[in-house]
Order: sequence, then structure tokens, then C-alpha cells
Amino acid sequence: MEALSIDGTAKTPSVKFDGQEGVIEIKGRSIPENSIEFYKPLVEWLEKYSGTPLDLTQVNVQLEYFNTSSSKCILDVFKKLEAIHKGKSEVIINWYYEEDDEDMLEAGEDYESIIRVPFKMIEIVE
Amino acid sequence: MSFDINEYYSRLNGGDVLMAFKGSISSELISNVLEVVESRMDEYRESSKIRKKVYNVLVESLQNLYHHIEVLPEVMQKEFDDKFGILVVSRQDDRYKISTGNFIGHDKVDVLRNKIDKINSMSRDELKDMYKFILNHQRLSEKGGGGLGLVDIARKTGNQLDYTFEKFDDAYYFFNLDVFIDLA
Repeated sequence: MEALSIDGTAKTPSVKFDGQEGVIEIKGRSIPENSIEFYKPLVEWLEKYSGTPLDLTQVNVQLEYFNTSSSKCILDVFKKLEAIHKGKSEVIINWYYEEDDEDMLEAGEDYESIIRVPFKMIEIVE
Repeated sequence: MSFDINEYYSRLNGGDVLMAFKGSISSELISNVLEVVESRMDEYRESSKIRKKVYNVLVESLQNLYHHIEVLPEVMQKEFDDKFGILVVSRQDDRYKISTGNFIGHDKVDVLRNKIDKINSMSRDELKDMYKFILNHQRLSEKGGGGLGLVDIARKTGNQLDYTFEKFDDAYYFFNLDVFIDLA
């Protein structure tokens, strides 16, 4: 299926969803006033991908900032991934955070406690 | 005499002010404010931990205003912009202070007051549980995070949310919220 690629802006992250490689990336800042609009194509892409997923899907989430409006949409993305993981396909979510950013680590742990997909917390050391 | 907005605004302008604004709260305004405050924090050489906390809390404060602000009746629009809000970001000796102010209808005062009092009474763990509950159970509305903003601010700052409701006229109160981020 066709890859989904969106360039980042000051308020929205860069997105690279590659169905051929099974690699899904969200990076940067996610602080739009209306996050539903931004995340809709991401959820739709995952809906399609969930029909024929690879054996292993690697998810890389590396956010510098995200607002509470995005936090619900990110959960929707993770719920789609949870559905894929429930099938025969394996999903791993790599949650990146900067070394002194305890809030971002805690945010990842919040998701980990809600979503039944293995998370790997990865500290970025400068 | 009713509550005097200008007097209140000048009173907020104490300490070292990084940014002060009063007027219409638009998406573009939010982008500009974030850019200015971010570069001002660079000048102060704040640690990345403080910069991130201030930035996060500022985003939530501004977007709370943006989503929940009252559209004022025409008679008030002569004096105020239609999406009128106030923002002051200042740096004091040991903390950052983010003050926001906006009009709120009489009928909404109690709900908001109860919500903030409840948040202020909660422990760190209780706030975490409340955040996760809202995240997982409430649908997102066009108005934003479905009530997550204030909980998130309380969690990230670890401080009480200071607020006042000042009576403006028979229809409106003026709501002021002060949020503090400790430097150490």
C-alpha cells in the first residue's frame, strides 16, 4: 500500500508511515488547536494497513511536545495498533524522550498502562 | 463599580514580563506568543526541563482560552475584541507565572470553580489517574481535549491553580487563572 508522508510544521509533527517496511514514525511537535483534522488520515491509513499488516510493525514516536488535544488522537492511533497486535502481527512501540524530560517519559508510561502493546522507553542522550 | 479590566491588566504586569497581551485569542496569536516566549527563555538560558514545562503549560493555557472563550455580545465588542482574552507571562525570582483572563457567563462559574477546587484537592497520583480516565473514556470534542487541559497543567506544575472570579456585569464574570512553574 502507498506510504503516508507528511512534513512537520511548527504545530504538527512529521509523519512517515511505510507499509512496505512496516515502520511507522511520528516526530516533532504536536500542538494544533484542532488535532482531529490532523490525525484523521493517520488513523485511516492504519485502518487500511490492518487488513494486511507485516509480521512485525515498528512504531517510533519521538515527540518534543504534544498538547492534550493531540493526546486523545495519539491514543486513537495506538488503539488501531493494539487491534493489529491482537491479530497475528507483532507491534512494538518505541517511545523516545529526552534525558531530562520526565513528563514525556511519564506520558509514555500512561499510554503503556492503557494500551496492550509492548512499549520500549528510549532515552535520547545528547 | 464593576471590575476594571485595565487596572487588573496593569497589576499583572509586575516582575520580569516576557510577554503581555490583551485582545483576540486566535490560532496565529498562539503561534506568535509561543515563538516569542521560547526565544525569551533562550535569552534566560533556562534548562531544557524548565523550558519544556513552561512551553507545555503555556500551550494548554492558551488553547484553553482559545477553545472556551465566550463570544461577547455586540454591545461589549465596542470595548473588547470578540474573542477577548488576557495573557501575561512573567518570571519571578524562583518561578514562572502564567496568567490568563477571560469573560465567563454567570451560569458557567460554579462548574468551573468546582472543577478547579477538585483538581486542587487531588494528590499527584490522583491527578494521574484522573488524567488517564479522561484520556481513555471521554470523547474528543471540537473544543479540544475534553477537559484534560487543567488536569495536565496541575500535573506538570505540581502547584495549585490560583483563580478568581470578579463580577463584571449582570451577565459576565471575569475569570483569572494564575499558574506557577517552579524554577527548581
